Amino acid sequence: MIEIKNINKTFGDRHVVKDVSFKFLPSKTNLVIGESGCGKTTILKLMVGLHQLDSGSVLFDGLDFPKLNQDDQQDIRKKIGMLFQGGALFDSQTLEENVRFPLDMFTDLSMNEKLDRVNFCLNRVQLVGKNRLFPAELSGGMKKRAALARAIANNPHYLFCDEPNSGLDPKTAIVIDELIKDITHEYNITTIIVSHDMNSVIEIGDNILFIHKGENYWTGNKSEILHTTNKELFNFVYAGEFMKSVFKVQNK
Amino acid sequence: MLMMRVFKKPQKWSVYYKQIIFEIDNIGISSLPIVAIISIFMGGIITIQSAFSISNPLLPLYVLGFTARESIILEFSPTIVCLILAGKVGSNIASEIGAMRITEQIDALEIMGINSAGYLIFPKIIAAIIIFPILIAISMFLGILGGYIMGVSAGACSSYQYIYGIQTYFEPNKLYYSFTKVVVFAFIITSIASYFGYNTSGGALEVGKSSTKAVVYSSVLILLFGLILTNIFLNH
Repeated sequence: MIEIKNINKTFGDRHVVKDVSFKFLPSKTNLVIGESGCGKTTILKLMVGLHQLDSGSVLFDGLDFPKLNQDDQQDIRKKIGMLFQGGALFDSQTLEENVRFPLDMFTDLSMNEKLDRVNFCLNRVQLVGKNRLFPAELSGGMKKRAALARAIANNPHYLFCDEPNSGLDPKTAIVIDELIKDITHEYNITTIIVSHDMNSVIEIGDNILFIHKGENYWTGNKSEILHTTNKELFNFVYAGEFMKSVFKVQNK
Repeated sequence: MLMMRVFKKPQKWSVYYKQIIFEIDNIGISSLPIVAIISIFMGGIITIQSAFSISNPLLPLYVLGFTARESIILEFSPTIVCLILAGKVGSNIASEIGAMRITEQIDALEIMGINSAGYLIFPKIIAAIIIFPILIAISMFLGILGGYIMGVSAGACSSYQYIYGIQTYFEPNKLYYSFTKVVVFAFIITSIASYFGYNTSGGALEVGKSSTKAVVYSSVLILLFGLILTNIFLNH
């Protein structure tokens, strides 16, 4: 399990994350949602150590990650898979090399075993036969799926996803959501997704943290979120015309 | 701090070894054509300019070969060619690493538990330290050859005079001085460019700025360290 306790972060005079605490449940898709600029990606980066905390704790199975030395932090990071907003695939490597990369670095598997694992992961994200393509040759959705294949290649315990649906059409976005949900349940991964996409919330929101202006405003799950009485969350959930119509149907 | 991370024990030697081979090709072999062209022409220009400047009939014409060799071995190949490599290789490294920074590829390496500074920068430094002396040796050979071809074909001296000149008063210690400079310059070019690339933040504009800074700073440091090493080796 991953738990954040009273984490704070300021950039200059901007207090971006304010005393946020939350428990991310294992084998669940945990969502951090909120408006653009509310601090949710900063929370994600604080959790994996890409930003330094001002105060608070990030506990990975009880270990306070920011307080560990660099070697111990690297050991935990080897258990993390991360899907970045833009994919962050290595431009100079083919899809196969990208997915194989964590296996090259951290396993002693033979080349055949590594290729089997690569093909398994590519198959899992529906990119069979695309091994020789470079990232520049992939569409936005394919890049996300390739990045997901790389993230799961080394059997991670924790999966972090930063806006996995941004820039994708609704159909492809659902494919990505379904993939993340299935992978989470299949491999008992603790998955943390940063998103502002309400479709994702409804599809895969097992455990939700709503952030508003850097603060923890609401926690719950996808069933509870539709019946919220929290004003800020209500405005966020029912901001779009589609969700407004859902609200009208619910209250008829 | 960055260099401490760069020279931390590699996490997997086999992966680093492959990267070093890749970088030798990327920053070394790909620079061979420009080094070859510049060296041949500069060798020729040095010889013809020397012939033009020597108006005293008491000076023997083998001085042309001697002058070309001294200029090329002592200064042109180790310093001027390294300045050119600072432009080509330095900007390439800074923009490559800078682009990786702004597209979160370096973050991706860190998240995987990889020492990104070590993985990205260490192979470049080692590759440059290995391949630059070879490039400069080729530059020296081609520079002297260029001087021979241009000098003889322009009628500035005979073939015998030029060859006699390049063999006259040869001190092998000067090669030691030149290659020491090259190794130091190789380190300066790759480490400065990597530093600016690695610390890029922002967007494409900042990648360009990092690239420019890398070339400017490494060029200035090459000249500064050239002066320091010349004082150490040649100031008796």
